[in-house]
Amino acid sequence: MSEQIGTVTWISGPVVRARGSRYVGMLELVEVGEERLVGEVIGLNGDIITVQVYEETSGMKPGAPMYGTGLPLSVELGPGLLKSIFDGVQRPLPLIEIESGSFIGRGMRLDPLYRKDRWKFTPTAKVGDVVSRSAIIGTVMETETFEHRIMVPADLFGTLSWVAPSGEYTIEEPIAKLKVGNQEKVLTMLQRWPVRKPRPYLNRLRGTTPLITGQRVLDTFFPVSKGGAAGIPGPFGSGKTVTQHSIAKWADAQVIVYIGCGERGNEMTEVLQEFPHLVDPRSGRPLMERTVLIANTSNMPVAAREASIYTGITIAEYYRDMGYHVALMADSTSRWAEALREVSGRLEEMPAEEGYPAYLAGRLAEFYERAGYVETMNDHIGSVTIVGAVSPPGGDFSEPVTQHTKRFIRCFWALDKSLSSARHFPSINWLDSYSEYLDDVAEWWQEKVGKDWLKMRNHAMELLSEESRLSQIVKLVGPDALPDEERLVLETSRLLREGFLQQNAMDKVDAYSTIQKQIRMLELILHFHERGLRIVKHGAPISLIHNLPVVDTLIRMKGLVPNEELEKMEDIQKQIDEQMSQLDAEYR
Amino acid sequence: MSDVIVQSGQEVVGVSRITGPIMIVEGASNVSYDEVVEIRDGQGNLRRGRVLEVGEKTCVVQIFAGSTGLSIDGTRVRFLGDTLRIPVAEEMLGRVFDGLGNPLDGGPQPLTDHYADVNGQPINPTARIYPRDYIQTGISAIDGLNTLLRGQKLPIFSGAGMPHDQLAAQIVRQATLGAATDAPASGQVEQFAIVFAAMGVKHDVANFFRRSFTDSGALTRVAMFLNLADDPPVERLVTPRAALTLAEYLAYERGMHVLVILTDMTNYCEALRQISNIRGEVPSRKGYPGYLYSDLASMYERTGRIRTSEGSITQIPILTMPSDDITHPVPDLTGYITEGQITLGRELDHSGIYPPIAVLPSLSRLMKDGIGQGRTRGDHPRWGAQLYAAYAHMQDVRSLASVIGEEELGEVDQKYLKFGRAFEKEFVNQSLTENRTIEQTLSIGWRLLSMLPKDELTRVSLDELKNYYKGDDADH
Repeated sequence: MSEQIGTVTWISGPVVRARGSRYVGMLELVEVGEERLVGEVIGLNGDIITVQVYEETSGMKPGAPMYGTGLPLSVELGPGLLKSIFDGVQRPLPLIEIESGSFIGRGMRLDPLYRKDRWKFTPTAKVGDVVSRSAIIGTVMETETFEHRIMVPADLFGTLSWVAPSGEYTIEEPIAKLKVGNQEKVLTMLQRWPVRKPRPYLNRLRGTTPLITGQRVLDTFFPVSKGGAAGIPGPFGSGKTVTQHSIAKWADAQVIVYIGCGERGNEMTEVLQEFPHLVDPRSGRPLMERTVLIANTSNMPVAAREASIYTGITIAEYYRDMGYHVALMADSTSRWAEALREVSGRLEEMPAEEGYPAYLAGRLAEFYERAGYVETMNDHIGSVTIVGAVSPPGGDFSEPVTQHTKRFIRCFWALDKSLSSARHFPSINWLDSYSEYLDDVAEWWQEKVGKDWLKMRNHAMELLSEESRLSQIVKLVGPDALPDEERLVLETSRLLREGFLQQNAMDKVDAYSTIQKQIRMLELILHFHERGLRIVKHGAPISLIHNLPVVDTLIRMKGLVPNEELEKMEDIQKQIDEQMSQLDAEYR
Repeated sequence: MSDVIVQSGQEVVGVSRITGPIMIVEGASNVSYDEVVEIRDGQGNLRRGRVLEVGEKTCVVQIFAGSTGLSIDGTRVRFLGDTLRIPVAEEMLGRVFDGLGNPLDGGPQPLTDHYADVNGQPINPTARIYPRDYIQTGISAIDGLNTLLRGQKLPIFSGAGMPHDQLAAQIVRQATLGAATDAPASGQVEQFAIVFAAMGVKHDVANFFRRSFTDSGALTRVAMFLNLADDPPVERLVTPRAALTLAEYLAYERGMHVLVILTDMTNYCEALRQISNIRGEVPSRKGYPGYLYSDLASMYERTGRIRTSEGSITQIPILTMPSDDITHPVPDLTGYITEGQITLGRELDHSGIYPPIAVLPSLSRLMKDGIGQGRTRGDHPRWGAQLYAAYAHMQDVRSLASVIGEEELGEVDQKYLKFGRAFEKEFVNQSLTENRTIEQTLSIGWRLLSMLPKDELTRVSLDELKNYYKGDDADH
């Protein structure tokens, strides 16, 4: 399938130049050298072809052949994606392990999707149907509970001239024939899509449903809507990866695509070993069954790291097009940006800020814009939510990647090293973070919990920002100088911080909070504040309120009250009322 | 000059330019990227180098020993046709090598036919075993709050003049595979080895480690790769890779538990910057090349455990932060790759605390998976979170006290201050030879927590309070 298109003339790390054909296309996939290392054309100048190679180039010589494939870098799409783990250019890592042992060898050419598996195909379309692009023509149970919808390729439409009967097929066997004009195309369950080209959809809609993650600080304080984009910037050790893992575990998306982009090998192993044993609270199936992992760790070739983001988002869009809600985690986009920088440097391009290429912002925008809540070509509703981690050097949020990312996301979860040092997890700083989706999802909350979530949330935020102002004063003159009403603000804020915002991912009860539990907890803490305020006005000293036994209960309720036993919250409310009333009676 | 098809081993002339440790050779074809070259100067002395960039007729060569004494016409270059490989063998334990893996101790070249590429290959994430076995170092601030696991990479972030070498040596001396407090001692002797790589450190430092290994009787289990301060800086780029290549052989082919000490990574990065500079690459922060992250990762990630071997590689890189700045690119990028960091604090060091481990900026990411029930003790995770939280709050109190005076503090805050002092003096502080069991560490922690009122301890469970809290308002 591939013919020689040129001869290598120059090699520097992942960037290789060759002299040859003038008919090679930009972004075409090529193979370099006798080992046929995979690469992508990133520059053309006369007969000089510049290629970034996705593998280590040590040992390659000028004069080595370069082969063309005529295709852009694409991913394989079809049943069998779930539960897989791929590298940045969609090579299956478990098969690589079988082929080359514990270390990743070079020139491995393996099919991303296993060819021999037989899938039970049930047609949903019939001969003579006029089908549009991405129309659903059949289904396959990809896992016991997940229905994989087989679609017409997103660039074809026509009339079905043959549909396979129900039965077991491999992904390469024909399952339908499509008449396009006067040509007949054979459709299989396997299709390809170029990674750098967004898959088409019909309409972009306003996302009004939040992505529920069970993380209180995210869901209640800084929600991201399904189809939205959120960024998690933070210095090292501030808990980016733990937060990403928590979202990957608990988010109420039907499919999770997790991209480990230039991060630690052990972290990917952790996901690999942990997810098959964790149960998705909604489907009751192992979490791995809804997960696709892309692992291009920091020591794997840098050009493949650049591609990993696109590989991931294309897979996410594919599931979106079936009418599913997909959440994509990219950890970390900074490593991806650095890969861009490294390749750009080798191309001797003129750098913009901090050595990054001038097109950094454009690339980031392209990536984040592939998130969305859409009406698909086949009239389903699907979404891709992007959660991108950012690793700013030195924790400095003014660096280019963080700054440009902020322009294209609407939800910013700022991680704070000082919080993580104090073991406040998730260490999301409530004053630096923001979400522009609050109004979008307010109605949804109202509908689900029957309470004015936004009002409560805003009230709690007011208390917290008031606390931050007051603590400036406390730092100067000590807490005793404040009037008791303000000290009550400090007290309630402590409850909010320790009892609500802090969440222990290792604790069985606390790791996941339903929205019902979240709103109830928030309600109780605000109720405490309200009652406290009244009796402080009657002259009860703050120290007595501080010493009420219920204060400790409020801090511990996150771990004491399981999601299924919310009626216990009534008890706590009673305790607040009783203890407060008693105080009130003494001071009235 | 006519084109020469270079056969492996053939010598060519054709040096056209020499800048610092970089030289450009013209007229040689059939040269491969990353190939090793042998360079013969006018006097016939040999030195080695490596191809950094290769075109059809020119190639850029980096000379490990530097270019002193090389001339344009008097220099001959021989392309060896292979990437840089070093011999690896179990017999290398107990020996001393230079930064490129040549014997320095007068002994012969190791006898082996096993040569391994110094660049290694990335470990497939699916082939790894997630680290879960904790290493007891006998140092409370590490075992209790920043537990080190087998297969972890945990650097020491230090500054000039702080006792990072003593700390690393103490870890090497005392490290044993930890057992749960309730598990019987296994008594099983496991194969262990230490690979030590020095990059640009002083002779004194190398000697200190050597002495320390001798004293603890470990010397026969140590392989040392030394590139000292007065050795050529470019050679430093190979030293840690040579060391890790041996470590990988010992761990993954001979099933040993290998502890790798790399010191000092800052010197390594400076050498990398120097080369990058000379090549005219676009710098990112502070003149360091944009690929510093990937380059560091290519070494740090050579840590861990794999499924096909009993052995493991645990890395303790040491780096000195220029002017104690943790946001400097070297510690910063290191922190993004390694699984936590042990940070030494100048203030603690000044107040005579050894080891001066600044607990708050230190972290062990893997700790959560190596401690708790059946590993250390059930209360360990929450005990740790509580100590952290209390110590962090104490810092706020301390800064408040420095403004309004200690007497003005509330009763509870005064207790925090006392707790903080005791924490530093009794928990963090220990002697160079003190080897505490995990049990001792936990009980010191509980004694300190008992200095605080019970209702301040919201991170630990009520049961744990009942069992371990010994303060004034304990239940009797």
